[in-house]
Amino acid sequence: MPNDLSQIGCTNTPVLKQRGQHEVFCGLTSIIWLHRKMHDAFFLVVGSRTCAHLLQSAAGVMIFAEPRFATAILEETDLAGMADAHAELERTVAELLSRRPDIKRLFLVGSCPSEVIKIDLATMAKKLSEKYDNRVNVVNFSGSGIETTFTQGEDACLEAVIRDLPQTDQTQLAVLGALPDVVQDQMLRLLSDMGLENVLVLPHARADTPAAVGPNTHFICAQPFLGAAHDEMVRRGAKPIAAPFPFGAQGTTAWLAAIAKRFGVDDATLQAAIAAPKARAEQAIATVAKTLVGRSIFFFPDSQLEIPLARFLSQECGMHLTEVGTPYIHRALVGPDLDALPSDIILSEGQDVDKQLDRVLDCNPDLTVCGLGLANPLEAQGLRTKWAIELVFSPIHFYEQAADLAGLFARPLLRADLLKVGKVA
Amino acid sequence: MKLSIWTYEGPPHVGAIRVATGMQKVHLVLHAPQGDTYADLLFTMIERRNHRPPVTYTTFQARDLGSDTATLFKSACLEAYERFKPDLLLVGASCTAELIQDDPGGLAEALGLPIPVVALELPSYQRKENFGADETFFQIVKHVAKPVERSENISCNLIGPTALGFRHRDDILELTKLLDDLGVDVNVCAPMGATPADIADLGRAHFNVLMYPETGEMACRYLERALGQPYTKTVPIGVGATADFIAEVGQIIGKQDLASTVRSRLPWYSASVDSTYLTGKRVFIFGDGTHAMTAARIARDEIGFDVVGLGCFNREMARPVRTMAKSMGLDALISDDYLEVERAIADLAPELILGTQMERHIGKRLGIPCAVISAPVHVQDFPARYSPQMGPEGANVIFDTWVHPLVMGLEEHLLTMFRDDFEFSDSAGPSHHAAHAPAQQRAEVETGQSADTNIIWLKDAESELRKIPFFVRGKARRNTEKYAADRGVAEISIDTLYEAKAHYAR
Repeated sequence: MPNDLSQIGCTNTPVLKQRGQHEVFCGLTSIIWLHRKMHDAFFLVVGSRTCAHLLQSAAGVMIFAEPRFATAILEETDLAGMADAHAELERTVAELLSRRPDIKRLFLVGSCPSEVIKIDLATMAKKLSEKYDNRVNVVNFSGSGIETTFTQGEDACLEAVIRDLPQTDQTQLAVLGALPDVVQDQMLRLLSDMGLENVLVLPHARADTPAAVGPNTHFICAQPFLGAAHDEMVRRGAKPIAAPFPFGAQGTTAWLAAIAKRFGVDDATLQAAIAAPKARAEQAIATVAKTLVGRSIFFFPDSQLEIPLARFLSQECGMHLTEVGTPYIHRALVGPDLDALPSDIILSEGQDVDKQLDRVLDCNPDLTVCGLGLANPLEAQGLRTKWAIELVFSPIHFYEQAADLAGLFARPLLRADLLKVGKVA
Repeated sequence: MKLSIWTYEGPPHVGAIRVATGMQKVHLVLHAPQGDTYADLLFTMIERRNHRPPVTYTTFQARDLGSDTATLFKSACLEAYERFKPDLLLVGASCTAELIQDDPGGLAEALGLPIPVVALELPSYQRKENFGADETFFQIVKHVAKPVERSENISCNLIGPTALGFRHRDDILELTKLLDDLGVDVNVCAPMGATPADIADLGRAHFNVLMYPETGEMACRYLERALGQPYTKTVPIGVGATADFIAEVGQIIGKQDLASTVRSRLPWYSASVDSTYLTGKRVFIFGDGTHAMTAARIARDEIGFDVVGLGCFNREMARPVRTMAKSMGLDALISDDYLEVERAIADLAPELILGTQMERHIGKRLGIPCAVISAPVHVQDFPARYSPQMGPEGANVIFDTWVHPLVMGLEEHLLTMFRDDFEFSDSAGPSHHAAHAPAQQRAEVETGQSADTNIIWLKDAESELRKIPFFVRGKARRNTEKYAADRGVAEISIDTLYEAKAHYAR
């Protein structure tokens, strides 16, 4: 059933909220990309064997070499009060830092068990920061599954980073959200072509990168899941810039235009900076969109990228949206994207996975975006799927990646047409 | 608190999920926060299962903690029963729910469901995945298995295979064939493939075949006590072990004359002259206790390797592994600390590692070839082709798997003879098997000074060292330096190198 495109705008669409089993990762999963992004940071999860097992399983691969994350696994004695958990943690951190003298930032990451038994990581972080004065900055945040889902781990981490930044009165643009290096460089080139040189990207790669915030900082999010980081920036006096997220040609243009407007960049300069990459992107999207146009798509809640991606697929690739599910709707962040969605979709927040599975089978969309736990079972029932986690791990932002992003959705459909052997699982 | 980077085993509730997922018409309700649902992807992605694991997670959140997580658990149980209509319900808690002490067993029992409800105790802060599987299956058996009349034909149960097991799928088929050849029927295979009704029927079998002690031993011991079923102690991995297994079955069923020739190609392949180069290759073996011990026997007795290290990550198997290591003149490495295993391998500088996916990573880093013999599993451990570890075909598979990562026969000699050949560099690794070849590390110390001593390598000796095959070069370097240091020699010449070689000659 195609969307009625005469009715655009989802701001007032009623939100379907069901409470049942969630089938999403917890925030600890964010560590898998954050530790690659922050080159001198170590992430120490204070948790259980389950946390450690999740971290090595969630990415689908194990990372060779010694990664810059680990788990301090709680044992029976830590629970029974036989050992002071705080003293134990101090010992564990000392062990870790003696092995990794290159570490400049240590994140103590809270988990479900550490929060239930109320280990005070904030106090620990303060204490350890004093102990390792001038050598290691110790910060805490929560990646627990009782507080956070999946990408909210990055949000919580960034919130903690921002809380610790020094104050500045300098006028600057801050961009929030971890991006692949190649994408970040493209973005900085675009902004530079627009005449914006003073750009702070958070999280910053190294502890000694000059980074500060204040009332003359204007900030924009590059990722839609940064609600808490957004609010922390506002608390620090920084001024938010609202825009659709920079996916596809239109999304990227609108995002850059919002920055241009805030910084008084004239239209001629903006057009000069974006004309060539925008035209390239539009052309490239048009080629890939041939596979997507008129096909229907269903989103399970996963990374909070769902609403902006639905906007891109509907507006720029001609796909029909059926249900768009997302773990949380931060209207301050995704409002502009919601405004551009057709009104006749099911917009759902949170999850009862069994009921949602009933709906997807009823709806029988051409493509279903879902987590790794659901993908093969749905394929076996005849649906085409796209794993949501790939959208978090792949370069998908801005003009040069626009067609790649469309390609991620086209590939399962093309593949289904290619295979002539049937699929009896 | 224990600092952990990679883990060999998941938490015990993952073991419970392996049992539930392997079985039919069983459902597990796990009191757990949402993040724990990651476990589903182990089965749907690594094992490529076409169904979600039969698990309902209550996915309680922080805001539920103050109010009523117990009610949440009860409604999850009821809804799971209504939706999935299982014949048996398992209930348990993951690590976080264990802390909030809602008593899933008591809550579920109070619901009065018309099916057996088995409550699991899964101590997350003490035990691990294998224990969880062993305990879960034992509890199911204890609740459901009842004395029944023995089958007319001689039959056995296959005990221990689970979802996400290392080659369990193919081992079941291979053992079924082998037993059929011996005139023994398979009554039930469990947990894999069994329904609760099958579990009730376990007693029809005359004996049990304990395939994997890690996940089936408690059940076998219970069945021996409760139903008088003896169980086999030999795990038939390797030619010798398969022959012993056949003899053990013969003993149990009172047929001493069972043919004990194992129709595998391994013995001839091992005897054929091309295999001469395998003689005395130094191997390091690490995995779960069962697979490590069977591998050690094959390595020593059936391929002619020199076992230089042996260990396991599951403490439950420490005792037999220690005994076996001792019999080989070794100290067993019992550890679930990946870094400790890596250090042991680096120190021993073996020519081949027989290990898990973890050791495969270690081998990649150190430039040592590795063949995988044990869980923890990876998507590669579920090949499309038939590749058991047990029985005659298992021995064939093992021969191929272990030998392929190595530089073969004459190629090894050619590499040694023409080290400086511009097209025939040792950095290329084995020519025939690029996909399995380890990435050769070229991080040779180029300066004359040794890394951690003050000994100087003279230029001639340094280039002579480089003519030694890469897979023993590190060992040669260390041996020579130790030899020099022990004798207070400050500079290593070609003579020192060869004196050390003679000194350490095996």
